[in-house]
Formats: sequence, C-alpha cells, structure tokens
Amino acid sequence: MTQYLLSVHGSEDDYAEITPETMQEMFAAVDAFNDKVREAGIWVFAGGLEPAETATVVDGQGETPVMTDGPYLETKEHLGGFWIIDVRDLDEALRWAAEGSKACQGKVEVRPFQAEPA
Amino acid sequence: MSGATAEIERVFREEYGRLIASLVRRFGDIDIAEEAAGEALVAALEKWPRQFPGSGVPPNPGAWLTTTAGNRAIDRLRREKQRDTKHRQAAAMYDDTPHESLGMFEEHEDDRLRLMFTCCHPALAPEARIALTLRLLGGLTVEEIAQAFLVPETTMGQRITRAKKKIAAARIPYRVPEAEDLPARVATVLAVLFLVFNEGYLSSGDGSPIRGELTAEAIRLARILHGLMPDEPEVTGLLALLLLTEARRDARVRGGELVRLDDQDRGGWDRSLIAEGHALVRECLTLNRPGRYQILAAINAVHTDAPTAADTDWSQVVALYDQLARIDPSPIVALNRAVAIAELDGPEVALAQVDRLAAAAPVLAVLSGYHAFHATRADLLRRLGRSADAREAYDAALAVCDNTAERAYLSRRRGELV
Repeated sequence: MTQYLLSVHGSEDDYAEITPETMQEMFAAVDAFNDKVREAGIWVFAGGLEPAETATVVDGQGETPVMTDGPYLETKEHLGGFWIIDVRDLDEALRWAAEGSKACQGKVEVRPFQAEPA
Repeated sequence: MSGATAEIERVFREEYGRLIASLVRRFGDIDIAEEAAGEALVAALEKWPRQFPGSGVPPNPGAWLTTTAGNRAIDRLRREKQRDTKHRQAAAMYDDTPHESLGMFEEHEDDRLRLMFTCCHPALAPEARIALTLRLLGGLTVEEIAQAFLVPETTMGQRITRAKKKIAAARIPYRVPEAEDLPARVATVLAVLFLVFNEGYLSSGDGSPIRGELTAEAIRLARILHGLMPDEPEVTGLLALLLLTEARRDARVRGGELVRLDDQDRGGWDRSLIAEGHALVRECLTLNRPGRYQILAAINAVHTDAPTAADTDWSQVVALYDQLARIDPSPIVALNRAVAIAELDGPEVALAQVDRLAAAAPVLAVLSGYHAFHATRADLLRRLGRSADAREAYDAALAVCDNTAERAYLSRRRGELV
C-alpha cells in the first residue's frame, strides 16, 4: 500500500464568487465523498484550510525565528484542502482523485509519499 | 558486425518485450529487468555460437534468455542483499489474479499486456509513453529512439529515466486496468501505437531508415495487442488501419516526391497486407461497435478496394466521414470529408465547405498551422483554374510543411500553375 496526497489548489478569488447554494452543494458532495473514503478503509487524513491570507511563514534557521505574514508562495492559486489516502497503486489513487475532484469542483493533484525505508 | 552477432541481436530484439515484461513481473522493477536482459544478451553473444554451432541460436531462444536473465537478476539482488526487499516490492506490485473482464492469457502474453498499459499510462507525458513503449516493448535502443524523434540522445535518455522513476515512485501498476478504466486505457495505448506509426510513415521522405522501422514496430506491437485483446474492436480497427496504410507505403513516394492517392501505382500496393486489412475490417463490422480507428480503417478499405482511383466509391467514403464526424467533430475530419466531397460533388462545392469551415476564427486558428488545410485549398483552387489564389495557398502550405517528400510535391504543383 502507498499513501498519496490528493491536494486541491485553486484561486481564492474564484471561490469568493461561488454562490451560497453552490457552496452548500459542494460541502455536501465532499462530506459524502469523505464518508466513502472512510468506508473504503483508505482514509488517513483530510481537511480544508482557511484562506491563504491567514498563513504565517516561519524561518527558524537563524538565531531567532523570523515570522512573515501571508503564504509562502506569491501566487493567486493556493492549497485549499487535501486528502491523504492509503491505496494499492496509482490507478486506485487516480480513481479516487477523479471522484474527489468532482465533489470539490476543482482540480486535484495526486502525489505519492516517499516509501518508508526498508 | 558478424552475421552470427547480427542474428543474435535480431533474435534478442524480437524477444525483448516478452523478456522485459516477464522480468518486470518477477522483480517488480524496470531497471533490474533491463540490466538482467542486457546481461543475458552478453551471455548469449558469448555462448550461443559455441553451444549451438549449427543455427547459432538455441531451439527456444526466449526461454534461454528468460532463464539466464532471471538467474542474473537473482545473483545481483543476492549480491546487493536486497533480495527480500525487492521481492516484497515485486509481490506488492504484481497482481497475479487473472483479470475478470479479459479471462486467462498465456502467462508471458499477459505480461506484455501489463507492460503495455504501464508504458502508456495516462499519468506519463505522451512523449514519454511513446519512448518507453519503444524502449521496453520494442527493444529499440535509446539512441535509435532519439534518432527517430529527432531529439538529442541525452534528452531522450532523461525522458525515459524520468518516466521510469515516476513509475516506481508513484507506483504505476503492472496490470491490466479495471474494467471501468479499460476503454480509456486501451484508447491511450492505441494512440501511442498510432503516433509511433505516423512518426515513421509521415516522415518517410527524409530517408532515415530508423524512421521506416517505426511503422514496422507499430504494426508488430499492434499485432501483439490484437492477439491479446481480440474482442476489442478498436484494437482490431487500429491494426487494420496500420496495415492498409502500410500497404501503400512504397507507392506513396517516387523520386523523393509524395505521390497522391489518385496518382499512385496501385500495382505497387502490397496485396497481402491489403487482404489482411480487409479481413480485419470485416471482423470489426461483425462486432458492430464502431469507433474512430475502425472507421478510418474502413475508409482505407474503400480506397484499397478500388482497382483504379476513378473506381473509388466516394459516396461510401463521405458516408464514413459523416459517421466519423459524429464521434470526432474536429475540423481535421471535416477537412478530409471535404476532400471526398470534391470527388463526389466537384471542387466548387468542396471549396465552399472548406472556406465555410475556416470562417470560424477558432477553427481557422487550428487549421492555419496545418499544411493539409492549405494544400487542400491549393488543389481545389487549381482545379477551379484560380491560379493566383492557388499559388498563395501553395505558399501557405509550404510555409508550414516540414516533410521533404510533401514539400517536393507542393513545390512542383506550384511551379506548374499557369
């Protein structure tokens, strides 16, 4: 089994324009998808994130940590949420990603976690 | 290279896909499989001439290579004390339950089918799919693939290495896809084979022999796939399409210049390939689940059925393009349909259709970079006696055409305008 990160990236400006009805529909679809992931026994973790403007970047490499307000990447599109699932192979991960993408109405990036050292 | 060496290398290439596929299944790792196969070749070159003085090749070279390569891989894994880890990985990746939707295959055949789906996985970049398929299933060297696609060897090497890394790290599986994924995944494999074929076929003008080999390789792989999935009509359709196209290959270029279908010497067509292609098209008709490749094959069957260009059943060709347009409403299909319309209803009707097609800006944007669009217009304008407009269209076609034989044809036609 391999763990995969399924991450949802999107423009927060676009999200702001979504109608409350569509938003409700999306939440319901994501809840249903999450239930399905749990029932399949592949759930590791999942969650949605607060907007990127709530982020703080910390650089602890120096003597005193330096805090910077805002996200690490200066881009319009940010990580909005993610799932971590544990499945047999990429084919399964891609199938779940396709379903998750439909539920959250956004593109999903699928990335394998490094295997634990044998 | 001595005759014996050349024969061993020929046999090795012939067996390569099968060999790699079975090693990948056993050891779950493409690099291990490739290394072991390479070592088996070295062993064959050393031992076969002495052990098999008659033919220089063992009675069952595939079994010899598989056993030898398997032993070399195990030796290596033992030496590296990785045996358990690698075997665990191999076991995890190898799904040995027979696939429900496909039934049982001969073990080695099944292996090649698995590997084909791995090499053509949609998570890999399209150019990587082509390169991997030719490398692992076709047994072409990185250098040969690089030459065929006109890229530096280092670039091609990196492309293949990167794809293999992704297969291992992202766990792209070695198995026949689930039934629900199968149609889309088969389509991806067929697209790769079609691209390989076209790269060899449409570039035949530049005289590089490897590019010619690509058509043969695409046909060989399509035959294997057809043998493995005889009930997939699009697989049958693609094989038929490739055979019927390949049959006209020698007649298609004369003196470095492209010869259009209606000017080709039909006596130079390969009748046995045509007979085989026609039989496959009939097979598709009985399955009655039409698709893109089957329809393209049927169009080619109509052409290769006509004793002379004048005997071509153009209404049948137009009907098939209509059917194709319903599946694939692309401007390219509409353009090809218009070429058939020119024969059925005359160049004026056809030109009006082409120009109406190109009146939509997004369509024009696609077509204007496509030399066949300009070449088609040029030919229709020439036939209508509109020389000045035709000349302009020939110039536009030449500006975007990079195939030497086709350029030679277009230049001559342009020069002949009065």
